[in-house]
Amino acid sequence: MKTCLVVDDSKVVRKVARHILERLDFSVREAADGQEALAECQDMPPDVVLLDWNMPVMSGIDFLRALRFANIARRPKIVLCTTENGIGHIRVAIDAGADEYMMKPFDRETLESKLQIVGVA
Amino acid sequence: MELSAAATRILAGLLEARTGQQLSTGRQWRLDTALVPIMRARGIESVDLLVAALVGGRDARLADAVIEALLNNETSFFRDHGPFQQLMGPVLSRLHSARAGARRLRVWSVGCSTGQEPYSLAMGLAEQADLWRGWTIDIQATDVSRSATARAREGLYTQFEVQRGLPVRQLLRWFDREGEQWRLVQALREKVRFHVHSLTEPMPLPGMFDVILCRNVLLYFPPPMRRAVLDRLGRAIAPDGVLMLGAGETIIDQTERFEPDPAARGFYRLRETPRPIQLAAIPGFA
Repeated sequence: MKTCLVVDDSKVVRKVARHILERLDFSVREAADGQEALAECQDMPPDVVLLDWNMPVMSGIDFLRALRFANIARRPKIVLCTTENGIGHIRVAIDAGADEYMMKPFDRETLESKLQIVGVA
Repeated sequence: MELSAAATRILAGLLEARTGQQLSTGRQWRLDTALVPIMRARGIESVDLLVAALVGGRDARLADAVIEALLNNETSFFRDHGPFQQLMGPVLSRLHSARAGARRLRVWSVGCSTGQEPYSLAMGLAEQADLWRGWTIDIQATDVSRSATARAREGLYTQFEVQRGLPVRQLLRWFDREGEQWRLVQALREKVRFHVHSLTEPMPLPGMFDVILCRNVLLYFPPPMRRAVLDRLGRAIAPDGVLMLGAGETIIDQTERFEPDPAARGFYRLRETPRPIQLAAIPGFA
């Protein structure tokens, strides 16, 4: 079973994402900010991270930058999931290391297609 | 809104007569939702009154609007990720070798809806530019919906549409931002020619196609119509051409004309000696 780490400061978003992911046969873990997510990845890297942009403590972009220098066994695929949809924002995310980009709100089909694109579904 | 059995029957009959599509029980639940905008625009208070207006035939455009509303235009870029990768890889590679002399590839996207399927193919081919340099590539795309093909020609998509199946790097490479929407670059829009066409009508596109994409189309037809459509596609495809159906679709018990392609799962090729198919019972397919 593939593992997905859902990183979002909103409990509601984490709950919705968990619901969809479990139906797609993923084992789901959660983190409320980038720092928690980094610790999770160092402890046991998931196959994929569903990552919010704007979060307290450590943003999604700062998490991506920190991940480059983190000592982790296997780099997970990263799907950035945000309300920002400007070309500039997308480029920043890609440059920081995101593998895919997805706008909120999203549905099951959209999330599944992104997971297929990054090769974990 | 409650639909009477008579109204449902008349609407189903209209849809089938115009498009060959069956209004299955599963699709009936969305009938009233689909028809609300038409009823509001015309000040019609109930589906029964709408059907009465249809039967009366006083508003020539009403039937067209109803048909458009009943069609399912569900689609997405690079739909069925795995099979599409197979198409862009081994399947097209084989055709590339087979057509190396003529350097021409002809593709028909059947039931193209708002254009995501043929544009996905055009994008994929553009990203294999070295392989196809000097080739004439002809992508024809048809759909029974006039509004869907008009939208397809525009190549303008919402954020929701572009993030379904389309990798973000391809979005940045092949689309320009227009307000809150995304427009496919002209160079790719020009690669696809769109036509309004119902599979119940004679085929408007002469010639033999190397690839026919007919994905998630047959499921809307009753079995005799599926058989007739597959026969028609069989006439349109090159002897060594490839038919691609939707991920959940099959030809088993649908046709004698095609057989599974042993080299590519989910793809089909012509049988060498197709058995004759009886078409006399199907109106319009004599």
